[in-house]
Amino acid sequence: MENVTKPLTKNINPDRVFTTLADYECSGGYQGLRKAVKELQPKDVQQWVKDSGLKGRGGAGFGTGLKWSMVPGIDTPQTRYMIANADEMEPGTFKDRMLMEQDPHQLIEGLIIASYAIQANIAYIFLRGEYHLARQRLENALQEARAKSYWGEHILDSEFSLDIILHTGAGRYICGEETALINALEGKRATPRAKPPYPLVSGLWGKPTVVNNVETLCNVPHILNYGVDWYLGLGHGADKGTKLFGASGRVKRPGLWELPMGTPIREIIEEHAGGIKDGYKLRGFLPGGASTDFLLPEHLDVAMDYEAITKAGSRLGTGTLIVLDDKTCPVQMVLNLEQFFAQESCGWCTPCRDGLPWTVSLLKDIIAGKGRLEDLDTLAGLTRMLGPGNTFCALAPGAVEPLQSALKYFREDFERYIVKEAA
Amino acid sequence: MNEPILTQEEIREINAELEHYPDKAAVAIEALKIVQKYRGWVSDDCLVAVAGLLDMQPSQLEAVATFYNLIYRRPVGKTVIHYCNSVTCWMMGSDRIGESLCRRLNVGLGEMSAGGEYTVLPIVCLGACDHAPAAMVGDRLMLDMTENAVNEIFER
Amino acid sequence: MARIDIDGRIHEVRNGDNLLSACLSLGLDLPYFCWHPALGSAGACRQCAVIQYKDAEDKRGKLVMACLTPVADGLRVSLDAEHAQKFRADNIELLMTNHPHDCPVCEEGGECHLQDMTVMSGHTFRRYRGLKRTHNNQDLGPFINHEMNRCIACYRCVRFYDDYAGGKDLQVLGMHNNVYFGRFEDGALANEFSGNLVEVCPTGVFTDKTFSAHYVRKWDLQSAPSICVHCGLGCNIAPGERYGTLRRIINRYNSEINGYFLCDRGRFGYGFVNSPERIRNPRLKGYPDITAETAESHFRNLLKSPKPAIGIASPRASLEANFALRRLVGEENFFLGLDDTEHTLLNAIAELMLDGGIRSPSLREAEQADAVLILGEDVTHSAPRLALSLRQAARHASFELAGTLHVQPWQDAAVRNVDKLASTPVFIAAICATRLDDIATDTYHGSSEDIARLGFAVAHGLEPSAPEPSGLSDSVQTLAASIADSLKQAKRPLIVSGTVCASLAVIQAAYNVAKALPSANKQLTFTVPECNSLGLAMIGGRPLSQAFDRIGKGLTDSVVVLQNDLYRRAPSRTVDLFLQLTDHVVVIDSLENKTAEHAELLLPASTFAESEGTLINNEGRAQRYFPVYPQAEPVRAAWQWLTSVIEDCQWQHHDQLTDACAGAFPCLADIVQAGPGANYTVEGSKIPRQAHRYSGRTAMRPEVSEPRQPQDNETPFAFSMEGDTEQAPPALLPVVWAPGWNSNQAINKFQQEIGASLRGGDVGVRLIEASGSLPWFGDIPAEFAPSPGRWRTALLPHIFGSEELSLHSPPLLERLPPFCVLLNPLDAEALGVEAGDLAEIDSLTGVAAMKVPVQIEPTLPLGLLAATAGLPGLQAIENGAEVGLKKVNPGAPL
Ligand SMILES: Cc1cc2nc3c(=O)[nH]c(=O)nc-3n(C[C@H](O)[C@H](O)[C@H](O)COP(=O)(O)O)c2cc1C
Ligand code: SF4
Ligand code: FES
Repeated sequence: MENVTKPLTKNINPDRVFTTLADYECSGGYQGLRKAVKELQPKDVQQWVKDSGLKGRGGAGFGTGLKWSMVPGIDTPQTRYMIANADEMEPGTFKDRMLMEQDPHQLIEGLIIASYAIQANIAYIFLRGEYHLARQRLENALQEARAKSYWGEHILDSEFSLDIILHTGAGRYICGEETALINALEGKRATPRAKPPYPLVSGLWGKPTVVNNVETLCNVPHILNYGVDWYLGLGHGADKGTKLFGASGRVKRPGLWELPMGTPIREIIEEHAGGIKDGYKLRGFLPGGASTDFLLPEHLDVAMDYEAITKAGSRLGTGTLIVLDDKTCPVQMVLNLEQFFAQESCGWCTPCRDGLPWTVSLLKDIIAGKGRLEDLDTLAGLTRMLGPGNTFCALAPGAVEPLQSALKYFREDFERYIVKEAA
Repeated sequence: MNEPILTQEEIREINAELEHYPDKAAVAIEALKIVQKYRGWVSDDCLVAVAGLLDMQPSQLEAVATFYNLIYRRPVGKTVIHYCNSVTCWMMGSDRIGESLCRRLNVGLGEMSAGGEYTVLPIVCLGACDHAPAAMVGDRLMLDMTENAVNEIFER
Repeated sequence: MARIDIDGRIHEVRNGDNLLSACLSLGLDLPYFCWHPALGSAGACRQCAVIQYKDAEDKRGKLVMACLTPVADGLRVSLDAEHAQKFRADNIELLMTNHPHDCPVCEEGGECHLQDMTVMSGHTFRRYRGLKRTHNNQDLGPFINHEMNRCIACYRCVRFYDDYAGGKDLQVLGMHNNVYFGRFEDGALANEFSGNLVEVCPTGVFTDKTFSAHYVRKWDLQSAPSICVHCGLGCNIAPGERYGTLRRIINRYNSEINGYFLCDRGRFGYGFVNSPERIRNPRLKGYPDITAETAESHFRNLLKSPKPAIGIASPRASLEANFALRRLVGEENFFLGLDDTEHTLLNAIAELMLDGGIRSPSLREAEQADAVLILGEDVTHSAPRLALSLRQAARHASFELAGTLHVQPWQDAAVRNVDKLASTPVFIAAICATRLDDIATDTYHGSSEDIARLGFAVAHGLEPSAPEPSGLSDSVQTLAASIADSLKQAKRPLIVSGTVCASLAVIQAAYNVAKALPSANKQLTFTVPECNSLGLAMIGGRPLSQAFDRIGKGLTDSVVVLQNDLYRRAPSRTVDLFLQLTDHVVVIDSLENKTAEHAELLLPASTFAESEGTLINNEGRAQRYFPVYPQAEPVRAAWQWLTSVIEDCQWQHHDQLTDACAGAFPCLADIVQAGPGANYTVEGSKIPRQAHRYSGRTAMRPEVSEPRQPQDNETPFAFSMEGDTEQAPPALLPVVWAPGWNSNQAINKFQQEIGASLRGGDVGVRLIEASGSLPWFGDIPAEFAPSPGRWRTALLPHIFGSEELSLHSPPLLERLPPFCVLLNPLDAEALGVEAGDLAEIDSLTGVAAMKVPVQIEPTLPLGLLAATAGLPGLQAIENGAEVGLKKVNPGAPL
């Protein structure tokens, strides 16, 4: 067993020189793929990934191997699609871009193995339109990989063939939601679809389809290459493997680090990010991107894994922390977030389409000194109204997470605007 | 006959896309992006022409075009400057960046600068939060933006 | 059936239905917007929220959307749970944040689903104090107003217009709370079913422009159940009147026919009733102002002539009026008043239906077909509402495939997502491209002969003993084989044909195909041109040309023309001569026309809106229409004029006439069941035509008074607001209303189950059930061979432009098809004409050469010259005539 502890970033130099195919192959690249198509049955690959305990890194944390195993009838010939979700647009999240720009072959290999595991013959990379560098590097890498028969007809002389299409989007956060993404790929408006039927059963053009996040897929080659046991040894706690954690905001060294699952938040903020900038204090943070609940300094010792963060009252989300310092107004920060979500609502369902603009208008009123105390109840009511299960997709429930926790933790900041005016 | 609205080049590229998709309408977004690549934006005439090429009604294509923020249905400058206004960049001063961009060019958001060179638009998180505030000048990502960096854009 | 628990009570509901539909079927009140029984569930509005519990232990439950929740045994839900109620109230509060609250000036006010649901949900106090987003509106043409600020974004409009009706020019634009339902630019909505937006929209975004022009509130309209008179399908309508003018037409639910939807001709064609062209007074040549009594006695005198008068009947008059005419003149002297080809075709159709042994489906049944062959029709134009049904039938394979994925039919988007993977066989053979081509598996364009030949070939392919056309080309043979193959495999194949090709061979070929089909559930339907075409054929009578002969030979000198403009039936010169030679011409009609001009005695007849009668639709279903408002003296119903001059007439009342008609023809025996007679009462009183909120009855006239309401002795309805509608048979309801439900959605309260028959039964009685069998038809025409330098005319019906009555409706006139003739591109090239050039048509009977602009139609076969049937200015072109054609040089005098 090799002593690899940072599989995702092992090829990525601190000065971020972009990995070539040769570099990639030198460090074991495409060995996982070779093993998969030469030695393993698709079901075996599914089982390996299931055993590894890998959970989706796109935010929802669903077991990746389990998801693949739910694709119906993979032993019968039928069109199936594999999609890499590279639409990264959640504010505060900057991990997939780095993976694609710095080591594009890793994603490509993961995508090919995943396609093999579900016996998809067409794979798409749905890349957000603004990621121009990532597009260039992926295009390049795809050509290189094709030349070496890592994809195309009869991959590495096996029975398995795969076509990969790099598709770039035209904007809109909602395209990251997997069924909206499918509509966007079909050239339609990216409104989400009702589930059931799940894309696993009827997805892109009505065919069985799996959507996985870029980071999720990047884990896969290593699981195959180094084995399940090695992978299980990487995590600190209940969750397995490593994860890209990041921090942005007023920390000394904002950035991205590959760390074991379950790394304590304190370690991320204080060690890796170098602590809060001089002259500022930590007021709170969103642990996993814009659509997660605020946590407070008292939560610094919570481990960054799915369960622990949930217990603390938030979500691991994308694992990229957004730090709130004491000189930034949490109410204004929440306004910025809700403006984002209101603008990115697809317009399909009522609570999200009409509820988010109302939160924006109330927050603006409050900040402009035109707020009333009962507005805080209205806001709290709206966060419940837009909660999980109440809307058509998960955008709105995510959107209200920072607001609902801000109302809980920073209520005095809201009240100060209102009461000052009244006085 | 009227002058063809789309160039041979555009038509060829759009037709090439058709091969990747099971039906013509599926190419809608791609086709709009191709037109925009050459012209910066999608005029009504172009939209109608593309719709014709894809056997769609203009209304059907407009439904798609107006959903996506990277499809411009109004003229924009030769270079579009997108500055990120999402949470981290906002925290790190993106409002000032936006303002100084506009001031420097003497335009409001979405307007074209004199000579049609630039348009400034806000954009959602560019995935560069560790180098906030971020912006994109054309296709080029700019990190750790300052007001000085804004000046440099136009001085080069 | 599934047993489910709703708020602690056990109910039996249909397994697999969605919970919202199940609740409404049970009569429970649950608010909704985006769901529609015909459009399925979308899950967008989130208004139908209820609480679902895992089991009896679960006290918290979770919020679910009823419209997205399939019912199954053991489902436990609560509509009343406080959390659910609060969610629904809060949700509507959100919907209303941008609503303009302009109810006083909104055409939807008082029959607004949004108003009803707002009250039902309990949102009564507005907290939002932000700005409302505003939109600009568009000009959507003569039918529909657009007021986007009222939009609550339920997406029903586009789901109806695009998904259900196949329209493409109305879309959802924009996103987030700036979604906009409109067109790329101003312009008339192109789809022929656009009027349904008025009823599908739960608020006042899309309203009826023709109604706005003389608007009153719903409850101030007087209404009675009625039948559309603008084609042969017999859609059920609810017309509304105020101050003696007809104000609008809305859909009247009939699960077997139109369901929830009408076509735009049916909805907006009513203007003829109010037209200045209406004949309001009797007229005697030389005596313009005569009373009804004078007219009647003059009529009686005319009939005393020694030579027997002949009667010319009408396919747009009721059975009873035609029957009365037949009695008046005698069977010998009774002529059907159709052009001779149509006469033959309708006789053939009636015979095939009565004795052919193949079921003639209702529209609902047509919608359930799993394979369709259309032989010779552009259904959207010849029988519009049928086209909408066929569009749904074309989804059959999608439903099947979706079923294998455990997707229920009401999961609309999910079913549509597999559309491209499944294809229902729909074959269309027509003269040229049709409006249903987008759902066709394959299309064929040819002359009527060639269409018939294809049909015969399909029949032969299905059943070798069926006669085979000789000399078929390989491509036609291949097509015929593939059609035969698809139809053979179908469980409920449907053959559609009709009179558009003006070809008996096409009709017979359609019969052969149907006869050859192996399926026990096969269906054959024929479109017919007018609202009582089939009824007239079932009564039977002589062809019109024989009437012309009679006069020519001097066998008679007087004629009674019942609601028929003969100039639409025969060449002008023939009719001119006929009318000249006839000493006494009596015309009974409601609108001025060329025939009426020639009348010695003109008798003003009421329209469908002011009279009663029975019509038989193309399915063979007899349906009754009732006067919406009293006719203004001296206008009388045609049957009244006729019975008033029959000697020793036994028929004082319409019911008696209906009875007599039923007694006279075995095939019409059941028409008496088409509706209760005039004696029908609910607890001793008649059914009111006016809502109980009908206002201003004492102030409607210049003098403030309340004269006695006009009496209606002919129907079970009263011109009154007194009386009880609650226990009336729902099918006789003039308007649908239920407590809390002021909008058209109240129909839920009158259905046995959502989307099923009305409680108490839908309107109408089927007169014809499949019986008998006819031998194969073998009269197969030879292939069409154009003769050089000559063109065969083909008249194509158009939804706006071909039908006589609706041509008097101003908004429809704005939607007429272009004034032009169509040519194949090669023919045009040979003639040297380009699109827009004038061509001169000669050899038209009785008309000097006619100059018409040409348009090029690539799908039109060589040697044909197509034109819109009945279009003003083109009426001189006869169907199937051979004409010469030449280019008119620019600058040549017109
Ligand atoms: C509003 C919304 C936006 C999303 N955006 C993304 C995204 O940008 N990238 C991503 O991988 N997943 C995104 N997701 C999650 C996807 O729907 C999906 O769960 C994920 O791609 C599955 O991949 P995983 O199982 O590998 O995590 C989003 C979900 C929602 C509701
Ligand atoms: S919650 Fe509703 S409106 Fe918001 S993005 Fe999802 S589907 Fe669209
Ligand atoms: S009716 Fe159920 S969500 Fe609209």
